[in-house]
Parts: sequence; C-alpha cells; structure tokens
Amino acid sequence: MTTIAAAPQSRIDLVRVAEMVEPRARVLDVGCGDGALLRLLAETREVDGRGIEISQRGVNDCVAKGLSVIQGDADTDLADYPDDSFDYVILSQTLQATRQPRVVMEHMLRIGRRAIVSFPNFGHWRIRAQIAFKGRMPVTQNLGHSWYDTPNIHFCTIRDFVILTREIDARIETSVALNSLGYPLQLNLPWWAWNLLGEQAVFLLRRQR
Amino acid sequence: MGGHHPNLTSGATEADAPHSQVLRLGAERPLTMDAGVALAPLSIAYQTYGALNNSKTNAILVCHALTGDQHVANRNPVTGKDGWWDTMVGPGKPIDTNRFFVICANVVGGCMGTTGPASTNPATGGAYGLALPLVTIADMVRAQAMLIDHLGIGTLFCVAGGSMGGMQVLQWAASYPERVYCALPIATSAKHSSQNIAFHEVGRQAIMADPDWRNGRYLAEGVNPAKGLAVARMAAHITYLSDSALQRKFGRKLQNRTERTFSFGADFQIESYLRHQGSIFVERFDPNSYLFMTRAMDYFDLAADYDGSLARAFKASKTRFCVVSFTSDWLFPTSDSRALVHALNAGGASVSFVEIETDRGHDAFLLDVPDLIATTKGFIDAAARARGIAPATASSGA
Repeated sequence: MTTIAAAPQSRIDLVRVAEMVEPRARVLDVGCGDGALLRLLAETREVDGRGIEISQRGVNDCVAKGLSVIQGDADTDLADYPDDSFDYVILSQTLQATRQPRVVMEHMLRIGRRAIVSFPNFGHWRIRAQIAFKGRMPVTQNLGHSWYDTPNIHFCTIRDFVILTREIDARIETSVALNSLGYPLQLNLPWWAWNLLGEQAVFLLRRQR
Repeated sequence: MGGHHPNLTSGATEADAPHSQVLRLGAERPLTMDAGVALAPLSIAYQTYGALNNSKTNAILVCHALTGDQHVANRNPVTGKDGWWDTMVGPGKPIDTNRFFVICANVVGGCMGTTGPASTNPATGGAYGLALPLVTIADMVRAQAMLIDHLGIGTLFCVAGGSMGGMQVLQWAASYPERVYCALPIATSAKHSSQNIAFHEVGRQAIMADPDWRNGRYLAEGVNPAKGLAVARMAAHITYLSDSALQRKFGRKLQNRTERTFSFGADFQIESYLRHQGSIFVERFDPNSYLFMTRAMDYFDLAADYDGSLARAFKASKTRFCVVSFTSDWLFPTSDSRALVHALNAGGASVSFVEIETDRGHDAFLLDVPDLIATTKGFIDAAARARGIAPATASSGA
C-alpha cells in the first residue's frame, strides 16, 4: 500500500509524522510498507509499534527487521481491532489507495485515541496545471503512476480532507502542509494557500468527545 | 530396520531405551491428563543443545510435529539422517545454538523414549498399546512444563514449532503465558479442521484394517501392521505437498520404464515415491503411536477451552508472537493463521504475521525456504535483544 508514493523526498513526511507522536506511545501504522516509519518511531520515540501491510514483501522485510507487523488490508482488517487499543493510529501516504477512505478513517479514530494521516494534496498547483493546461491526468514525481495503473483511487485535496474530518466528527489538533522538498509551509498562510502550495499534508486528529 | 548400519538402532528399541537423556518421574509426580487419568511413572526423552546462561533467560523449547522426535539438530539414531529441523536449529541458524539453550522433547504418546503406547507398562510388563489413555496437545505441553521445571527454567525465551508442534506452541502460550517470552507457531492452527480430521481418520482406519494390528496388541503377538501404517503415511504425505510441486517434480513421468505395463505395479514415479515414503516410515514409527498422535491433533480446539473465544485464550498476553503460514499449504491454510492473528490482535497481544510464498506445501516449514529463515531470524533476534540475551559467543560459525 505504501509502495505508492515511494519517491525519496516523500520520506520527509515520516519525520513530520514522528514529531507528532508522544514518546513511549502505543502506535499502529496502517500500510507500514517496509517499516521505515515504525523504525523511526522506535528509534526516536521508543514507541510500542505495530504495523499492518498489504504487500507480502513489505511484511517479510518488517518482520526480518524485528518489527511486529501483520499482513492485512486497511479496508477489511481494521474492523477486527478493539476500541481504544492504541494511542495513535497512523495512515501514512495510504489514504488515497483505500477503497473506503471514510470508513478507514472512522476505524482509525475508534481504534486509536488519535489518528495521524499524511496524504498527497491533489489541489497542488502543479496538479491543477496539468489538468487545466495539458488536459491530462496528472503525473508528478511523487505520484508517478499513469491513470490506468495507479493504485491511488481516492485522491483528495487538503480542503476535501478538512471537510471529511468535520463529517466524521474529528477534531484537528495539528496540521501541516509540506512543500515539494518536504519542508513545512508557513503556519500563518490561509487554507487556500496551503491547498495550492502544499504538495503533501499531515494531520493529527482526535475524536470529538 | 537399519541393522546393517553399525550405529543405528531400530525404532522399536528407542521406546524403552532411547538414545537421549531421559527424565523419569515416579508415582509422586504423575501427569494429570485431560482423559481424567494420572499417568505414572512417566519418562520424557529429550535432547538439549547449547548452554543455559546464568540468568536462565536463553532457553528455547522446540516442539515436534506428528511424526517428529526430539532429535531436532543431531543425527537421528534410527534413520541416520540429519536432525529434522537442521535448517532452523544450529550454530548461526535462526535458533542459534551458540546463543540459546535449545530443548526438544519427544511428546507423550510418541515412540522415541517418552511414555507412549510402545513403552513398557510397568503394571503388566508388556507394551501399553491401547491401554495408554488418549493423549491431548495440552497433556503433551503439561509434560513439557514438568521437564522445564526439572531443568530449573522459569520462563522460556521462546517456544517454537510447526504443524502439531505449532499447536503445542499455542497451547503453551495459552496455558503458561507468563512462562513464554515469545512464541513462533508455524504452519499451524488453533483447531484441527474437519478436512484434517477426515484425513487422519483415513490413516487410522488403514492401520486398524491391517490384520496384523490385532486390536493394538501387535507387539505382544510379535507382528507388525506395517502395510496399514505405510498406507496411512502415503495418504498423509500427499497432504504435506502441493499439487503444483507434485506436478513439477513428478508430473506423469513413468518409473524406470518407457511404457505403461497394464498392471498395478508402480508405473508412475509418484507411486514409487509414495511407496518409498511409506516403507521407510514403518521402519521408524510405531503404528499405535500414529493413532495417538493423530487423535491428539484432532481433539485440539484451543478456543473450546475458553468459552469458544480464541481471543480469550490470549487475553492480556505479554508474549510476542510471530505467526507464519505458507501460500501452498492447504492442510493448514493461511486462513487458519489469519484467524489466529485476529484473535491475538483482539486479545491485545504483540503479533507479527508472515505468509511465505512457496509451492512446497505444508512441508515447507521443514525445508530450507529463505524467507522462512530470514523472517524467523529477524523475529528471534529482535526478541532476544529486548530480552537482553547476549549475542552468540565468538566461536559462532554460520
């Protein structure tokens, strides 16, 4: 699942995600890929980390590195996790590849006290420009698939995502938009600027009580 | 028979005089069995490898499968072959004998020195035969716990095994959660399926249909239902392999002939192969023991002991689990492992789950499958670091 946005600079978002996690928390990383984030969290945050990954290769790599990872599908397997079993449930660069993003997000906020979601922003000006001026489905460095072979079936913009958080009663605790190099945009920019200039976004959410 | 090999013994003599260490427990320490009987005396034949560290934290118990034995990583005294899990256990292997103290015991009901139907019943002076109470997986594990007590070990670092060995791993984790730091159940299930019970019943009926079985009294009457046991083994062996592997290895190839013979001889290579598997098996295994082992697996249903909830069996378990299945294993399919993983997750246990791509069927757990070696080594090494077990000694070789 996370094999999707595998461009190297996209890994900078992992650092941003890790910064949002409190030390020694219980963390479930959904779509953990080769375990890069779980390792980062173990090393810098001493978390008790678990992972779910759909690809055989990714799971085998993780377990060989000593990570607790199971093979599974975010769309079907999150339902089996009990309520409140983790402090954080993380979905890193995976939301756009799920069949039911809303259901996945609801499960994340049920299983974890907090959820962290990072995703590519389809509202970025470069993507808008490709549709507007070339009349083609966008292919960028971070999103290198053509429309006919992409695993990314549910793209959204930052604005779309914010609306979804309202619909599922999630409160945004922190949010950050990242530029093409993975560095945060200025905090005081308005939403429309984030939506235009942010290549990726990272949100820390929690349930409304 | 193996009699022509100077250092080999026949399977029959191992039951009472095994080439292993033996723990002998008397009437004061009976084994409480699920059948409602206390079994005494009890012999437990076992092998150990490596050295127990001072803090006694580095012990790994390996549990053997249906027809396995305690000779996990040494030359087998009956067959003369390498240990049955030579790929996994040894210096530099995932279960590294330079780092860990490895124990493997013959299960209760077995025929390699632990009390089983071929052992001498002290009450009669003859073999137990069917007078031995039916053995369950939990009985096997209870006996192993008595051995672990005897060795002065409180908590096992790891309990590992495949197939019926995996069932024992799960039983250990459920019965003695505080005594199992990590668990490695491979190609196994928390309950035996209807299809698996069916295959076992075919095997048992083949043994019991052999006129030499004599209601289990063949040892007393000086005969051996070898034909029945061989058929049981042949049928079971098919279930350990995948269709595609059989096709690849044998296809429709003929055995030492260019034409069909229009007879019931072993025209096909696969027939010859299965007959060979049957004939070498009967030289090392006791037919009644095969009945007991298959029954123990059939009776295994871990959730049943916990009000039908597998999650409850592992509730609040601190044990780290690594569940492994193989894509072509149709005897213990990945769906069984997945059900187990769901229960472990629901119980809040720490669990890894790997499904390994291979066409070698159920038997893959015994074979040199690189993904199996890499993932189990990663899991065990990470757990050993967390447990604070010193790395392998300098003399370690790969």
